[in-house]
Amino acid sequence: MGKRVLLIEDEPSIIEAIRFILSRDGWAVDTHADGATAMTALARRTPDLVILDVMLPGRSGFDILSDLRADPVHGALPVLMLTARGQTRDREQALALGASRFMTKPFSNAEVRDAVNALFAEAGGDAARQA
Amino acid sequence: MPTRGLTGTRIRARRLDLGLQQAELSRRVGISASYLNLIEHNRRRIGGKLLSDIANALDTDSTQLAEGAEAALLDALRAAAASPGGETAERERAERFAGQFPGWAGLVTAQARRIDTLERAVATLNDRLAHDPFLSASIHDLLSTVTAIRSTSGILAGEEAVDPEWQTRFHRNLYEDSRRLAESAQALVSYLDAGGNAEKTLAAPQEELEAWLSARGHHMPEIEDGAAPAAVVDGAAELSSASSSALALAHVGRYASDAAALPMAPFLDSVDALGMDPAGLAARFGVGLSVVLRRLAQMPEDRLPGPVGLVVCDGSGTLTFRKPVAGFDLPRFGAACPLWPLFQALARPMQPIRSWIAPAGRAPQRFLSFAVSEPSYPEGFDGPAVIEAVMLLHPSAVPAEVVPNTVGVSCRICPRAECPARREPSIVAAAG
Repeated sequence: MGKRVLLIEDEPSIIEAIRFILSRDGWAVDTHADGATAMTALARRTPDLVILDVMLPGRSGFDILSDLRADPVHGALPVLMLTARGQTRDREQALALGASRFMTKPFSNAEVRDAVNALFAEAGGDAARQA
Repeated sequence: MPTRGLTGTRIRARRLDLGLQQAELSRRVGISASYLNLIEHNRRRIGGKLLSDIANALDTDSTQLAEGAEAALLDALRAAAASPGGETAERERAERFAGQFPGWAGLVTAQARRIDTLERAVATLNDRLAHDPFLSASIHDLLSTVTAIRSTSGILAGEEAVDPEWQTRFHRNLYEDSRRLAESAQALVSYLDAGGNAEKTLAAPQEELEAWLSARGHHMPEIEDGAAPAAVVDGAAELSSASSSALALAHVGRYASDAAALPMAPFLDSVDALGMDPAGLAARFGVGLSVVLRRLAQMPEDRLPGPVGLVVCDGSGTLTFRKPVAGFDLPRFGAACPLWPLFQALARPMQPIRSWIAPAGRAPQRFLSFAVSEPSYPEGFDGPAVIEAVMLLHPSAVPAEVVPNTVGVSCRICPRAECPARREPSIVAAAG
């Protein structure tokens, strides 16, 4: 089974671009535009990594991150948070809630790819998956 | 008389205008030239018969010499000295400074006024940047669209080949995103252009309501005469949204019930008799304090002893109504100063609080405030208590034995550095 990332983002063009560039690196990308459907998908299949936008319709990315960290099964998943608001307090809130990394829009494709690969490696990479 | 020390400067100016020598003028009024010289350089105080004699000799009147435009200059100098950083100014020598260096004094006061204007602009813009929902949403939209365009174009411009089907999809995304970016940018520019005068740029239904009420002076003769609230609200051009109309209808409905409880004519008669005494007025009419405070703010200001401002908040401390009064700034967005008596009253329901307050870092305007919070139970015994606090502000001199409480607008723009209730650092203090 290949590497799998859960992308929770509501901007269609960003979804397509991230899906495309990560697919090239061998990632299977599941995308969801809101937290409710994403959590349902998460319960069905555990990804290797989550990319989570802060500004989402309904529950915010911070709310979803809190739920995720409180979940005994998925609480340790690497989470890359994306936001268009680069204020210090947003960054501090994300890290306090347990975000693994925090990335401010606009970012480049290379930055996303590097962050995802780095998080995957920090979590043990393929060796951890096989174990 | 605070302006007396400037009289000498005016005497000298008037004498020179007339082409008189000091010796000639001193001879006419029977004093020595050296004494006149001291008077003209504001080193001797002058009044009574001598001032009258000099005025006659200079073909003017003593009032003209004793008072003048310098009074305003002195007031402005004292205001400048009262602002942050003015602690080292020799306030007791302000008259002499203004008399001997009127040009420099004018420059100091002009710059103090300019600083005050700029601080207000900074406060408004900061308030907007931090809390304006439209601006926040616009910038978020712009950055998201820019990110999408950057990612998509990065893929197309990359060295790796892109499948023709994906190419078509990305080209379409680029076109749509660039068009959306143009529209968003245009909307933002229009918004910021309109916000050149930020004070008049409306952003929320509550602000539309307040602008509408402000244009009417917060007084509604139609309601006083018994008109239905809907008749007043319907068709109001300033209320552009359904939300602002709904807020206005609720506000005018409460105005009507307040007016029914305290009819204008007997209420104003009682104000004439008792003055700004909300407790006395409440006792006389057998009503609660909140309705009296609101009712005072509904009266035409020329019928009251002075201008009044009113602030209302709900149980969360959120400001739900603002009637400004000159000299006491109210935050346009976000939370207010936690030291306001309004919030002290919120913490102590049914206990009226009267206190004198001084706005932090402003000219020495002082206010007498009356605040009270009262619970209501719209859903009966089993429903939650809905608490609302009201604060009336009235410009007032402070009794000698009273030390006024210094309060700000909101933490972010408050110059009071050592505040026990500070939530966050101040950009004004940091800049200063």
